[in-house]
Amino acid sequence: MINVIIIFIGILMAISAIFAVESKKIIDSFIALSLMSLLSVFLFVIMKAPDVAITEASVGAGLTTAVLVLALRKIGGDKE
Amino acid sequence: MRRFLSALIVLGLIMFFISTLPLIPEFGKASLSKVSRAFIDKDVNGNGGNVQYGVSKDLENGAANVVTSIVVDYRSFDTLGEVTVLFTSALGVGIILSGYKRKKFGREPNFILRVSVGILLPLILLFGAYVFIHGHLTPGGGFPGGTIIAAGILLLYLSNEEFDLSKTVKFVEGISGSLYVIVGLLGLAVSGVFLINFLPTGVVGNLFSSGIVPIIYILIGFKVGAELSGIVAELHREG
Amino acid sequence: MVYYISFILIGIGIYGFLTQKNLFKHLISLTIIDTAINIFIISLGYISGEEAPIYSKYTPIANFVDPLPQALVLTAIVIGVGILALGVSLLIKVYEKYGTLDVEEIVAKEGK
Repeated sequence: MINVIIIFIGILMAISAIFAVESKKIIDSFIALSLMSLLSVFLFVIMKAPDVAITEASVGAGLTTAVLVLALRKIGGDKE
Repeated sequence: MRRFLSALIVLGLIMFFISTLPLIPEFGKASLSKVSRAFIDKDVNGNGGNVQYGVSKDLENGAANVVTSIVVDYRSFDTLGEVTVLFTSALGVGIILSGYKRKKFGREPNFILRVSVGILLPLILLFGAYVFIHGHLTPGGGFPGGTIIAAGILLLYLSNEEFDLSKTVKFVEGISGSLYVIVGLLGLAVSGVFLINFLPTGVVGNLFSSGIVPIIYILIGFKVGAELSGIVAELHREG
Repeated sequence: MVYYISFILIGIGIYGFLTQKNLFKHLISLTIIDTAINIFIISLGYISGEEAPIYSKYTPIANFVDPLPQALVLTAIVIGVGILALGVSLLIKVYEKYGTLDVEEIVAKEGK
């Protein structure tokens, strides 16, 4: 049963990573990166590591997205 | 043409990784090494043994969270190196992005944002402080606690235009980093080894137990929170 | 198994480095490779049937998973954020000098 859940989460992570690398607008790839970090927290909890799960949840889904969006706003948005 | 060749190269690399799988133990069937066994039983110096929650007293360090006792007590020198790497990256951001003035938005922030930040901000700061004070009893510790505090301060920057905290943040960061090294030097003066645990360790599971581990985690929580707030503040200015 | 997930994500990250032209996509590929390697290191220490490494009144016998890889990955996650902040500030300076974030246009302007 656990193996089925791990395969399902793995397929979702692979789709989200491919979308982050190959999308036209840049802000779509930031949101896909945040989704991938949040799905990896699920794998950390299944492998019984609570310290690492709390750290990755607050760093990957909060601070990484904030730093990237602030930098995109500083160069004046996405002109394409 | 370029995409086809890169896909072929990446496929070859993944095949090479999968072919080295028989060298690694199978997933879920690893075995504890002797070093991990010594860290769990808390007898690195040879005078440990059976550890029980709420009963054993005066062990080497009485932290109930095994990962905390590895990061802060047994391998504390690596944590000092990691704090130095974070300090270098904040220093680099401050030097490269210098010379910008603060520019106003030109319109008021939203009314809902201002009111709800006034209610939510004390709760976020309280939760961050709880996570790094109880680092030796529950999962968490100094690093996620500092990140939660930096997220609260980012919320304060977004909802208030007149807010400027840069000088206080740099002062707090410098003081916390220096206090960590001073605590290590105190250990050198008392017992002859840098960063040794020189306060008495009580019963496993109490709040006031395990020597200098809560003190160092409080200092690390302040330092990481101030550093990440400084990075967010530098990126927030306009040029 | 979790090993295959980690290898596929490393492959996607390297593919992003080789084919994309925008400099922001290079930073995103670096972060994907970073997360995949953290998953791989923790999956090397998992023993099925054991508990999380915290002493409490619910575990009278101490059979825990391996705590040593978790202590290493805890540091590596926070260093990844520091690397991302420094890379982003360099990107802002490149945009100010050349006016574009496209790798081929920057090489053309530099070679003239």
